[in-house]
Amino acid sequence: MIDRVKMSELDALVRNKNFSEVALGLTIKQVKIEASRCLDCKNPRCVTACPVNIDIPRFIKLILEEKYEDAYCTIYQDNILPAICGRVCPQEKQCEGACVLGIKYESVSIGALERFLGDFCLKNCVLTSEDIVENNQKVAIVGSGPAGIACAAAIRRLGYTTDVFEALHEYGGVLKYGIPEFRLPKSIVDEEIKRLENLGVNFHKNVIIGKTITIDQLFNDYQYKAIFIGSGAGLPSSLGIKGENLNGVYFANEFLTRVNLMKANNFPTSATPIKIGEKVAVVGGGNVAMDAARTAIRLGAKEVYIVYRRDMEALPARLEEIHHAIDEGVIFKLLLNPVEIIGEDYEIKAIKCQKMVLGELDSSNRRRPIPIDEFETIEVNNLIVAIGQSPNPIIKNATPDLTVDDWGRIIVDDYQTSIPGVFAGGDIVTGAATVILAMGAGKEAAKKIDKYVRTL
Amino acid sequence: MYEILEKRALNIDVDLFKIKAPLVAKNTKPGNFLIIRVDKNGERIPLTIVENDEESVTIISQKVGFSTKSLSKKNVGDCLEDVVGPLGKPAEIKDAKNVIAVAGGVGAAPLYPQLKAYFDLGTKIDLIIGASNKEHLIMLDMFEAICENIYISTDDGSLGTKGFVTDVLKDLLKNNNYDLSIAIGPLIMMKNVVEMNKKYQLKTDVSLNPIMIDGTGMCGNCRVTIGGKTFFACVDGPDFPGEDIDFDELLHRQRYYRDEEHRCNLRLGETDD
Ligand SMILES: Cc1cc2nc3c(=O)[nH]c(=O)nc-3n(C[C@H](O)[C@H](O)[C@H](O)COP(=O)(O)OP(=O)(O)OC[C@H]3O[C@@H](n4cnc5c(N)ncnc54)[C@H](O)[C@@H]3O)c2cc1C
Ligand SMILES: Cc1cc2nc3c(=O)[nH]c(=O)nc-3n(C[C@H](O)[C@H](O)[C@H](O)COP(=O)(O)OP(=O)(O)OC[C@H]3O[C@@H](n4cnc5c(N)ncnc54)[C@H](O)[C@@H]3O)c2cc1C
Ligand code: SF4
Ligand code: SF4
Ligand code: FES
Repeated sequence: MIDRVKMSELDALVRNKNFSEVALGLTIKQVKIEASRCLDCKNPRCVTACPVNIDIPRFIKLILEEKYEDAYCTIYQDNILPAICGRVCPQEKQCEGACVLGIKYESVSIGALERFLGDFCLKNCVLTSEDIVENNQKVAIVGSGPAGIACAAAIRRLGYTTDVFEALHEYGGVLKYGIPEFRLPKSIVDEEIKRLENLGVNFHKNVIIGKTITIDQLFNDYQYKAIFIGSGAGLPSSLGIKGENLNGVYFANEFLTRVNLMKANNFPTSATPIKIGEKVAVVGGGNVAMDAARTAIRLGAKEVYIVYRRDMEALPARLEEIHHAIDEGVIFKLLLNPVEIIGEDYEIKAIKCQKMVLGELDSSNRRRPIPIDEFETIEVNNLIVAIGQSPNPIIKNATPDLTVDDWGRIIVDDYQTSIPGVFAGGDIVTGAATVILAMGAGKEAAKKIDKYVRTL
Repeated sequence: MYEILEKRALNIDVDLFKIKAPLVAKNTKPGNFLIIRVDKNGERIPLTIVENDEESVTIISQKVGFSTKSLSKKNVGDCLEDVVGPLGKPAEIKDAKNVIAVAGGVGAAPLYPQLKAYFDLGTKIDLIIGASNKEHLIMLDMFEAICENIYISTDDGSLGTKGFVTDVLKDLLKNNNYDLSIAIGPLIMMKNVVEMNKKYQLKTDVSLNPIMIDGTGMCGNCRVTIGGKTFFACVDGPDFPGEDIDFDELLHRQRYYRDEEHRCNLRLGETDD
């Protein structure tokens, strides 16, 4: 078996000082070699493991036949953002994790092939015009993240007048304000939005549903037939320990938003500042934590620590990001949990952490961290809290009839919420999850919305 | 686009703008604020909605730094890049008969819509309004229409009592019976008003102005400690009961970017257009 091809990357010591994309993609030659490794399985395990069941062996075969556009369309049926999912899906836990080649050798680089097709077709402008038969029924989409985008595309294709309302001044949700440029160039997100605009989807920025317009007003004053809520999980979780409001302590959302959305890395050309000291600790072990740590390094921090209460194996972040973080010099301080933030004159000076040992397996099938009576104090100039997000309560608070669970997640039955005509999907329903799951939900919800409107 | 329909200089540092923003205007209630970006590279800055009609909102902005100075350069017919709102919880208009209101500097702007709401309910309002000097007092004519008594203080004594608003407040508290106080102005003023009112068992509502980005509860930049608990001022406020607020922490949080703000200001010379 030939070896899995290696995607070239910017040199770690160059890239940790800039925001350029790290993973450079495969050349056509590499793509063909990689595609040839696929065994075209009869019962492809990769397909079952992909949350939207993309016909992976089929698109790979089409690549080998150099039918790139057809290959792209194969993916596009289930996933309208291949350039994005190819970059950010946790492939090692999904398609690639299940690939049969992975048992003896290394799995096929499905994500890299998907990214290639996405980039190829964005560049070569495939699929720009589509014939849509208007039905003149209005559907409102709340939020322009992956869930909203996927729902908008699917419902628009069925002929609906589709209006996307976004709270922020740019479109894309976490793809814009959360995931950094060096992992997902913002120009790709903008291109994808432009394609939806070409399809006839109307985007409205600076509209917060629940504030600017309420759900009731969408129905009564604006005559929408149905509404899809894809408002994500934007509320940062706090550590709940002493000192969290000291200067120098950021929630990851603030830190990443300042850089990704507000372009604070270009300060003062961009008017929004960011402040980063020599030593920075990031608490958490997921994608958000890796993104924050790698952003801190790029902003000039000398030492950046990931402080995580479990061990290396349990880190929930994408494998590639963990490797990139290590290469770029992020220091992992494991089995440690912050218990106090120590400050002086209202500014952070150090974090006091409790040491942990690993115990029995817990409900997440990882060994449970157990605190022991030993502590370590780490001097830092900043702490970035990246321990999770939950749904933002704005819509719920303005819409009493909308039922949510104890974590604020909207309760749905087949994408239908407690209010007739209001549907929901993505992180607002599942809690913080993944891009592909949010997109899958948006697309499926569109079918239910169509079915619902037809009964009116 | 968000067009500037009207612009008026209230004094050399403070401008009033009426901005076309029908969606924001429609749901605005007293106490709500909005966030603007002046231009493409602009910061998101929060400003209180002072008045609203069918299609426009009125804001009053004091030039304190880069973004507010950029705003002040815009004229009637120009457009702002972004306007989003209404944000925050509307002010809770309580059951009060005698209110003592305190306005410091541009704090008069956010105070006005709240006092107007009290006035509409028939509440008797005494107002202490303070500024550094006579030229910096704003909106006096608007307040005259809704307040029973207006007491003025200026730091330099150019109009009214020479000194701070708290000097005037002290005398009024001794001789009057108020059932609620509302104070909006610089943090240090609000802190001192709350402390003084406490001596008279008088509750104070204040409006906080931490640094904000999104204004929707997403970033956590705007957090304040009240009675040992954390609140996000953009969604839980900006109005809060003043008694248990950690004003000193908030004062420090507001100053976190002081050096950067200075660097940004140096750009103003270059971008003059
Ligand atoms: C830093 C970071 C890194 C991540 N990395 C990865 C990764 O590598 N791979 C992966 O698969 N997943 C990753 N995720 C998770 C993934 O981004 C989310 O699961 C996904 O974006 C959820 O999509 P969504 O559409 O449900 O919500 P979001 O992407 O959160 O979008 C919701 C949108 O709705 C808007 N909105 C909210 N409320 C309102 C309202 N009331 N009115 C109007 N608009 C509103 C928001 O402003 C936002 O634009 C990451 C998340 C973060 C934060
Ligand atoms: C809810 C709320 C309502 C407000 N209402 C008014 C109003 O009606 N009229 C008015 O003149 N001002 C108001 N402010 C204050 C106004 O937002 C700041 O003066 C403005 O953001 C300063 O920006 P700058 O770039 O001009 O100054 P900078 O030089 O950046 O900063 C000057 C000071 O303003 C504060 N500040 C800076 N950036 C922000 C930000 N993004 N958000 C909040 N504060 C910031 C900081 O304390 C800083 O030290 C309000 C603030 C809040 C939070
Ligand atoms: S969408 Fe994600 S999981 Fe599915 S095939 Fe593509 S990269 Fe793999
Ligand atoms: S499991 Fe692996 S080898 Fe089999 S079809 Fe999928 S990608 Fe190809
Ligand atoms: S301004 Fe971001 S949470 Fe309040």
